[in-house]
Amino acid sequence: MNDMQFTDRAVEQKETKIAAKDVNVHYGEAHAIKDVNVEIEDKTVTAFIGPSGCGKSTFLRCLNRMNDTIDVCSVTGNILLDGEDIYDKRVDPVQLRAKVGMVFQKPNPFPKSIYDNVAYGPRIHGLAKSKAELDEIVESALRRGAIWEEVKDRLDKPGTGLSGGQQQRLCIARAVATEPEVLLMDEPCSALDPIATAQVEELIDELRERYSVVIVTHSMQQAARVSQKTAFFHLGTLVEFGHTGQIFTNPEDPRTEAYITGRIG
Amino acid sequence: MPTLWLVASLLLLAVAGFVVGRQRALSTAGGDAKELHSLPSYYGHNVAFTTLVPALGALAIWLLVQPMFIESRVSKMIPDEMAPDRPTLGLVMSDVRRVAEGLDIAVARGALSADDARSLRTEFTDVRGRLGEVGVALGADVRPEVLRAAQRYRVMSKTGNRMMGIVIGVLAIVGFAWSYMQTHKDFRARNVVEKGVLSLLILAASLAILTTIGIVLSMFFETINFFKLHNASDFFLGGTWAPNFRGDSELSILPLLWGTLYISFIALLVAVPVGLFAAIYLSEYANNAVRSFAKPLLEILAGIPTIVYGLFALLTVGPLLVNTFGKGGALGVEWMAGATSVLTAGVVMGIMLIPFVSSLSDDIINAVPQSMRDGSLGLGATKSETIRQVVMPAALPGIVGAILLAASRAIGETMIVVMGAGAIAKFSANPLESMTTITTRIVSQLTGDTDFASPETLVAFALGLTLFVLTLGLNVLALYIVRKYREQYE
Ligand SMILES: Nc1ncnc2c1ncn2[C@@H]1O[C@H](COP(=O)(O)OP(=O)(O)OP(=O)(O)O)[C@@H](O)[C@H]1O
Ligand SMILES: [Mg+2]
Repeated sequence: MNDMQFTDRAVEQKETKIAAKDVNVHYGEAHAIKDVNVEIEDKTVTAFIGPSGCGKSTFLRCLNRMNDTIDVCSVTGNILLDGEDIYDKRVDPVQLRAKVGMVFQKPNPFPKSIYDNVAYGPRIHGLAKSKAELDEIVESALRRGAIWEEVKDRLDKPGTGLSGGQQQRLCIARAVATEPEVLLMDEPCSALDPIATAQVEELIDELRERYSVVIVTHSMQQAARVSQKTAFFHLGTLVEFGHTGQIFTNPEDPRTEAYITGRIG
Repeated sequence: MPTLWLVASLLLLAVAGFVVGRQRALSTAGGDAKELHSLPSYYGHNVAFTTLVPALGALAIWLLVQPMFIESRVSKMIPDEMAPDRPTLGLVMSDVRRVAEGLDIAVARGALSADDARSLRTEFTDVRGRLGEVGVALGADVRPEVLRAAQRYRVMSKTGNRMMGIVIGVLAIVGFAWSYMQTHKDFRARNVVEKGVLSLLILAASLAILTTIGIVLSMFFETINFFKLHNASDFFLGGTWAPNFRGDSELSILPLLWGTLYISFIALLVAVPVGLFAAIYLSEYANNAVRSFAKPLLEILAGIPTIVYGLFALLTVGPLLVNTFGKGGALGVEWMAGATSVLTAGVVMGIMLIPFVSSLSDDIINAVPQSMRDGSLGLGATKSETIRQVVMPAALPGIVGAILLAASRAIGETMIVVMGAGAIAKFSANPLESMTTITTRIVSQLTGDTDFASPETLVAFALGLTLFVLTLGLNVLALYIVRKYREQYE
C-alpha cells in the first residue's frame, strides 16, 4: 500500500450534492441494496469499491433513476439531489438524467457516426445554437475523453466500429458533452491501457473543479489516485464510507481492510 | 399391402440389429464398456442404421420407378388409333389401371380365380358386368386392348413386387451382416453414426431444395409451351387482357401487374404504419400484462384463413365503402359502382398484413440491445426521442426487410383479391374501381373446363412464373437486408 499516493488530502467540508437515506433496492425477490446511507459532496470525486456483485452498479443506477427501466427493480428510501427527492412524483426523470450523466459499465455507442454519438446529447438539449458551436462542443468533449487524436479524421465513421477501449472513451466524451452536474462513471477504465487511463483520470480531476463525480472501480490504486471519498460496499450493504486516505490507511471495519489488502473479493 | 409388411420386417430387423450389435461390441470388450471406443448404444445404432437406411432408400426408389417402368411398357400395348395424343393416352392408361385394380379386387373377393383373371377375354366375358358385381364401376365397356393391357399390368406389378421384396430383403440382410461383422471394440461406431446422421440431414435439406427446383422447372416448361403459342412481346408489353376462345386472345400481363401492385401498395399503406406503431407500442411502452395479452391476440389475427378476410371484404368493407362513396352514400358523391374495388381489397389485405408486419418488427425492435436505450436515456433523452433517434435507426434495415416480406405476401395473396377486387383488367388510377390481379387471373384461367394445349390456359403458368420471380426477388432482397442487419449486433 505504500506506493499509493493520495491526492488532495485536505479535509475541507463541501456542500452535499446527493444524499441517500435508507435506500433499499430489490430485483424481484432479491435484495440487492440494503439500507444504504451516503452523502456525496459537490466538487468531489467519490469512489465506490467492493467485490463483484456487491451492488455498486445497482446503487449508481439509483442516483439517476436508470433503474426505472428495469421492470423487476424497485427502489425505496430517499435520494436527495440538491435537497430535492429525485424519486418524488413531480420530478421528471428525463431532466434528472440530463443533470446526472452516466457512463455505463459496458461501452454502448449508438450505431451512428462518431460525431453524431457525441452530438446526440447537445442536440437533444439544444446546447448549441449553430453548427460551428456544435462542432466545438464535439471536439472539446472528444478531447476531454482523450480520444480526439485517434478519431479526428474519421468523425463520420460509425462509433460501433471502434475498439472496445476507444468505445469506452467515446462514451465518456458523449456523457461529458451534455455538461452534467454529476457524472456517474461505472468502471470507465476497465478496457483502457495505462496511458488512456491516466488521461481519463486527468479528465476526472478536471471535472472535479466544477462537478461531482462518482466512479465505480475495481482498481484500488485508481480509487486512491482519483478520489477524495471512498465507499466500500459488501453484499449489498455500505460497510464503510469516509475520506479516501483514511479508508486506505486506517479502515475501521475489518471487512474493508480485508478487501483492500486483497483477502476478500 | 406387401410394402407395409416389408417395412415392418425391416424395422424388426433393425431393432434386432441394435440389440445384437450392442451385445457383440460389449462381448468383444469383455463386458467392460470402458474398453469400447464408443458408447455401446452407438454400435447398436450403427447396425440398425446400416440395416435400415440403404434398404429403405432402395425401397423408396423402387416404389417410384416401378410404376413408371410398367406404365411405359404397358402403354406400348395400346394401339395408336385408340390414343392419338398424350392426354388421351393418359385417359386410356387410367382405364387400364382401373381394370387392373378391379381384377385384383375380384380375385381377392373370390369372384374370379387367379387363372381366370389372367385368361379373361372380352370376347367371352362381360368384364364390365363382372367387375360391377364386385363394386368396381367402369364408365364404358372394356375394350380388348385395355383388358389385355390391364392383365399385363397385373402380371408385371406382381413380379415387380416379388422382386422388390427379394432385393430389399437381401440389401437389409447384407447391411446387417456387414455391420455386424465390423462391430469390434476398436471400431469407431460413434464417428460412423455421426456421419450417418449428417447424411440424413443433408438428404432432407436437398429434398426440400430439389422440390423447389422441380416446381420451378415444371412451371418453366409450361411457360415455354405458352410462348410457343403466344407472342412474348404481347405478354410482356401489350396493354390488354382479354382472353376468349376464338383463338385471338390478347394476353398481356401489364394490366394485371398494375392491379396487383396497386392493391399491394394500398395494403402496405394500411399495414406498415399500423403494424409498425403497434410493434413500437408493444415492445417499448406496453407493460407485461398488456403485452402478454395483446401479442397473442395480434398473432391470432395472423392465423385467420385468408378466405375469411375475403368474406370480410365482400360483406363488410365493400358495402361500407359503397355506402360512403357510392350512389346515395354518405358523401353524396357517386364515385363507386360496386362493392369490389382496389380499395376494398387493399384495405382488407392491409388488415391481414398488420400482424405480419408488427410481429416481425417487434422481434427486430426487441433485438436492439437494451444498453443502446440505456445510453440514450442516460443522456437525458425522452422515451420517444430514444425510439426515434436510436432504436428505430438501429432497427431500420430489419424493418425494411419485414416490409419487403409483407409486400411479397401481398403480391402473392389470392383469396382476398378474388373476393374483393373484382375481375376487370384495366389500367386506372382510381382506387374505387374494380381491378384484377395476377393471382385471380391464374385462378380463373385454370378453373372450369381447361384445355392444356391452348394459350388461354397455358398463360396461367407464364403468369405464375412471373409472380414467382417477382416475389422471389423481393424475398431475397428482404432476407439479404435482414441478415445484414443481424450481423451488426452479433
Ligand atoms: N437487471 C437485474 N435483474 C436482476 N438482478 C440483477 C440485475 N442487475 C443486477 N442484479 C443483481 O444485483 C446484484 C448487484 O449487481 P451489480 O450489477 O450492482 O453488481 P456490481 O457491484 O456492479 O458488480 P460488478 O463489479 O461485477 O459490476 C447482483 O447480485 C446481481 O445479480
Ligand atoms: Mg457493475
